[in-house]
Amino acid sequence: MEAKGGGGIDNIPYYLGILLQGAGITVTITLGALAIAVVLGLVLAAFKVSRIPFARGFVDIYVEIFRDIPPLTSLFIIYFGLTYIGIRLDPIPAAIVGLGLNGSAYCAEIFRSGFAALHHGQREAAAAIGMTPGMAMRHVVLPQALRITLPPLGNYGIGLLKDTAVASAVAAPEILYRARNLATETFETPLIYLLVAVLYFCLTFPLARLVDRLERKRRSWS
Amino acid sequence: MDGPLLKTEGLCKDFGPLRVLRGVDLALRQGQKMALVGPSGSGKTTLLRCINRLEVPSAGHIRLDGELIGEKLDNGRYVRMSERDLARQRMEMGFVFQNFYLWPHLTALENVALGPWRVRGLPREEAFHLARNVLDQVHMGHKAGEYPERLSGGQQQRVGIARALAQQPKLLLFDEPTSALDPELVGEVLNVIHELAQEGRSMVLVTHEIRFARDVADEIVFMDDGVIVEQGPPASVLDQPKHERTRRFLGQLRTG
Amino acid sequence: MKALENLAAFFAVYGGKWESWSGEMWRALIVTLEITGGAFALGLVIGLIVAVGRLSTSRLLSNLSLAYVEITRGVPALAILFLIYFGLVPLGVIIDAVPAAIIGLGLSAGGYIAEIFRAGIEATHKGQREAGLAVGMTGGAIYRYVIIPQATRIALPPLLNTLISVLKDSSLASLISAPDIMLRAKDISSTEFLPLHILVLAGFMYFLLALPLSFAVRILEARMRRGLGARLT
Repeated sequence: MEAKGGGGIDNIPYYLGILLQGAGITVTITLGALAIAVVLGLVLAAFKVSRIPFARGFVDIYVEIFRDIPPLTSLFIIYFGLTYIGIRLDPIPAAIVGLGLNGSAYCAEIFRSGFAALHHGQREAAAAIGMTPGMAMRHVVLPQALRITLPPLGNYGIGLLKDTAVASAVAAPEILYRARNLATETFETPLIYLLVAVLYFCLTFPLARLVDRLERKRRSWS
Repeated sequence: MDGPLLKTEGLCKDFGPLRVLRGVDLALRQGQKMALVGPSGSGKTTLLRCINRLEVPSAGHIRLDGELIGEKLDNGRYVRMSERDLARQRMEMGFVFQNFYLWPHLTALENVALGPWRVRGLPREEAFHLARNVLDQVHMGHKAGEYPERLSGGQQQRVGIARALAQQPKLLLFDEPTSALDPELVGEVLNVIHELAQEGRSMVLVTHEIRFARDVADEIVFMDDGVIVEQGPPASVLDQPKHERTRRFLGQLRTG
Repeated sequence: MKALENLAAFFAVYGGKWESWSGEMWRALIVTLEITGGAFALGLVIGLIVAVGRLSTSRLLSNLSLAYVEITRGVPALAILFLIYFGLVPLGVIIDAVPAAIIGLGLSAGGYIAEIFRAGIEATHKGQREAGLAVGMTGGAIYRYVIIPQATRIALPPLLNTLISVLKDSSLASLISAPDIMLRAKDISSTEFLPLHILVLAGFMYFLLALPLSFAVRILEARMRRGLGARLT
């Protein structure tokens, strides 16, 4: 890399400041989408194991669709596509909904295999001591399922944080959007995008290590 | 050829603080069949694995047909041999593993032919022809196209023996070839080894089948605690052991 | 009933638009496939090299490879794309959109693929390597004839999943102006007033492409559970 011109390196704190503001939005979108994905995913997983006739098929199709469609496409459909039927969302809500819907498919799968892992025997044992299915779900199945699903959910969360970068395409003021504007203004493009990479890495790396530790703990339990 | 086919001098091997081989001197003549017996932990498998350098000795030297194994003499100093040259040396020694270790993604024929074809560099047709002959030799010709998962343990081990034979080695090394087999399958493998012995093959056989050792070997080596305690013809070692430890070991194997 | 009528009207639009859209979207599909194929191929090559590096006995190589994996898994693919397409321009390195997308996505996928290969390689039992040594193979030959064929079998389902990911990530190339499905769809959605239709069509195209891969993964996984190769200890 050649020498950064003029006050290049000196501006790093300034650039970082702006990018960090973007990081706040990135985290907001991540948490929002995560919430939707988890809640929706739980509902979908519950439908999958239920005995309602078309529920299982519906969930299968839903999951397959959202797992095969790029997050960018979901986002554009929500942000641009829905204007056709009169729904106009702001960039950040659109990103949260778009990524959340997309993620609900992954979470549904995660929860489904979590349930399946301890489904049968545990439910029978709970029934044997007189619990209703509802009680069994609350006291036995859910707590353990959570323990099993935490690592893959963590991995999903990290992926989600990276996916929020697409929100820059609808002008949500997250990290990458601010970086793009900054780069256009200052022409310090290599430096800025390098900072972007470093910033994302600093956000995801600790989370990745945390998930690793959770995985190791979970393995030691089984 | 004069001089022994295989010779080890002062072979020692440590695994960390654990001294498994404590100075082993061994000599094998061309055409001789040697059985290594002894309690577990005696170092017999380690000794075998040192011979084809799957383990590197901590001290001592090994010569095959007069040539140093795994090292070279460079101005009077012993220097580690290149991976290439060592690989070439290993071709001269066929090794048969206790757990067969056939390659699951290849058929029996391919398992046997791979060495001659890709390692020795024979043309494909020649290599596969050779492989077929060797498989016939171990009575596995009819299963040439099968994958290991469809073969019984005894069949897999025979393919393993064929694989070792296919490289036309000077010396055969057997590491407890029947220990991982169900009792009914042991016989077919022992028969093959017996046939090889009768052909005059030089071999070192680590085994706990004492009866078999007596049948096949012309030299029994009893090892204990990393050293050779006693060696000699079967009649002498097995029937009239001179050492207390040998007697104790053999006494424990009343069925032997 | 009204809902069904609306739905029918919705799909009727496609009939009218088919002629004008199909040509463009078809060309866009080709570009998407180019980017996906190129990036995946690049990712395979990089992944193999990095995986071998991870398992190397050299501390330096091993750590460099680890760093590569951690970095490419910690940074969004889009950021890497921007870095390559925009970020190198002031330094005099100007790359076209499609090559930039292939390089960027390939670098990104390479990290994941490396871990997949590494897991596959480590799953190949030590005993088989020793068997390779015993017939006189060098380390290189063992990799070629024993380890890699098996590692590839084990790695196939996760690799196919990665291919699906690369396909989806190829949509990011539209944001650096590569004329792929998403760029065409966005163009059409801004010039005509049917954003929902064209974007849903775009989504459907990705779905059609990914679906067979998704099925293939499930079939492979089911077959592997029924036993691949002897489980020799």
